[in-house]
Amino acid sequence: MIKIAGLYKSFGTTPVLRGVDLDVRRGETMVVIGQSGSGKSVLIKHLIGLLRPDRGEIYVDGTAISRLRGEALQKVTRKFGLLFQGAALFDSLTVGQNVRFGLERYTTLSREEMDAVVADCLAKVGLRGVERLMPHELSGGMRKRVGLARAIAYSPEVMLYDEPSTGIDPIRADAINDLINVMKTDLKVTSIVITHDMVSSYKVADRIAMLHEGRIIQIGTPREIQASRNPVVQQFIRGEAEGPIKIF
Amino acid sequence: MRAPFVLQTAIRLFEELGEVGLLAARTFQSIFRRRWERGMLVRQLEEIGVRSLPVVALTAAFGGLVFGLQTYIGFNRYIGPGSEGYAGPIISLGLSKELIPILVGVMVSGRVGSAMAAQIGTMKITEQIDALHSLGADPVRYLVAPRMIAGVSMVPCLTLLGDVIGMAAGYLYIVVLMGVNGQIYVQNVMLYLELWDVATGLIKAAVFGGVITLIGCWQGLKTRGGAEGVGRATTRTVVIASISILLLNFFLSKALPASLTLK
Repeated sequence: MIKIAGLYKSFGTTPVLRGVDLDVRRGETMVVIGQSGSGKSVLIKHLIGLLRPDRGEIYVDGTAISRLRGEALQKVTRKFGLLFQGAALFDSLTVGQNVRFGLERYTTLSREEMDAVVADCLAKVGLRGVERLMPHELSGGMRKRVGLARAIAYSPEVMLYDEPSTGIDPIRADAINDLINVMKTDLKVTSIVITHDMVSSYKVADRIAMLHEGRIIQIGTPREIQASRNPVVQQFIRGEAEGPIKIF
Repeated sequence: MRAPFVLQTAIRLFEELGEVGLLAARTFQSIFRRRWERGMLVRQLEEIGVRSLPVVALTAAFGGLVFGLQTYIGFNRYIGPGSEGYAGPIISLGLSKELIPILVGVMVSGRVGSAMAAQIGTMKITEQIDALHSLGADPVRYLVAPRMIAGVSMVPCLTLLGDVIGMAAGYLYIVVLMGVNGQIYVQNVMLYLELWDVATGLIKAAVFGGVITLIGCWQGLKTRGGAEGVGRATTRTVVIASISILLLNFFLSKALPASLTLK
């Protein structure tokens, strides 16, 4: 469904992506792991046209998207729901208005139908009766869950999760993992999860890809990744300070 | 080899002018080609118009009072006692064509332009602008176009109100406080002040409203680097907008005809 071919991206003189190749099949959950600052978030921002590659191409259902603009690009972004790392809720809107935002632009539902979808999505992430609250009245974890409710509200075909478990307690994080799995089994949603939380990765992934120094260095099922002989992969999944990845 | 400092500065200046020009073009395209974001527009009309009323009223009142004071002294000293009744047209003309549009412009750039830069800048660094993209909303259409419409329409309204308050304050000082004949004062104002004089100030105000909005939004959208970046964008907005207002005011005063009355 999504094919990333030879993607290069630099910011100024700093190369971030140096030839990323990745295929994501329809209906699967692909987890992309890698160190902080390895370019994972940069990678998913290319998928919805927030960033344009210096070189390479991204295909969504066979359509090359890197040169699309305006309504043609919007047609593609309609397929994606994105949970931002920091939730990125609109400060000036209530929780309810935040969750409705995509519905108002991507669907033709009536006001009552939208209200029902908003309540349903908030309930799915374990929040009820918070529609009238402002984002600054929520805790970090609640904001994240509202961000997730906003992303799933208009039933996207592909969900992009940027660090879904960061900033929330382990129990809530596990509930979000369950939700990612429910989205896959019940709604057949394709998911790309960006994380460095290996517990979450093993729970939700059909396949795991490791991004290191701007390239995908290994792709495989969780079992294959756990059995990897690549010392970089092993150091990362075990969370060891000593190894080929130098942190200082 | 590094380009000389002057050349680098010139290149940066042209780049920035290009950025502003592009943003202006996209904003006007959004205003004329697409459906307006009505909710956001109403909020901005309130923010720029209604909430600026107290500061504009206060500024215009004291601007009118001090202009009245100095004009009274001028007539009394250089033309002679008894000539102060002729101060009316000078005060009204000066206020409506120059002083009030500039005062309102500078006040709005300080109060609203800086707030726009801070708000949009914070949205930028907290990924809210990216979220707009991902949820199918064009940030220029959603954030900039409503502010532009509100700025271009509300700054002239504030200026008109400022004209009324400023002229009333001038009248208060000269007629009520200094005891000049009110009938002569008003007659002279009616005789020499043209509707075009007020219109000139309003045209300037509309341009200032557009410039303040454009600079505030441009600085907000190019914010980088956390809270420090937001602070920098805010300061730059007030400085650039205030300087632009003063420069543009001169060129508009030169370009707009002094009178529409055929001689």
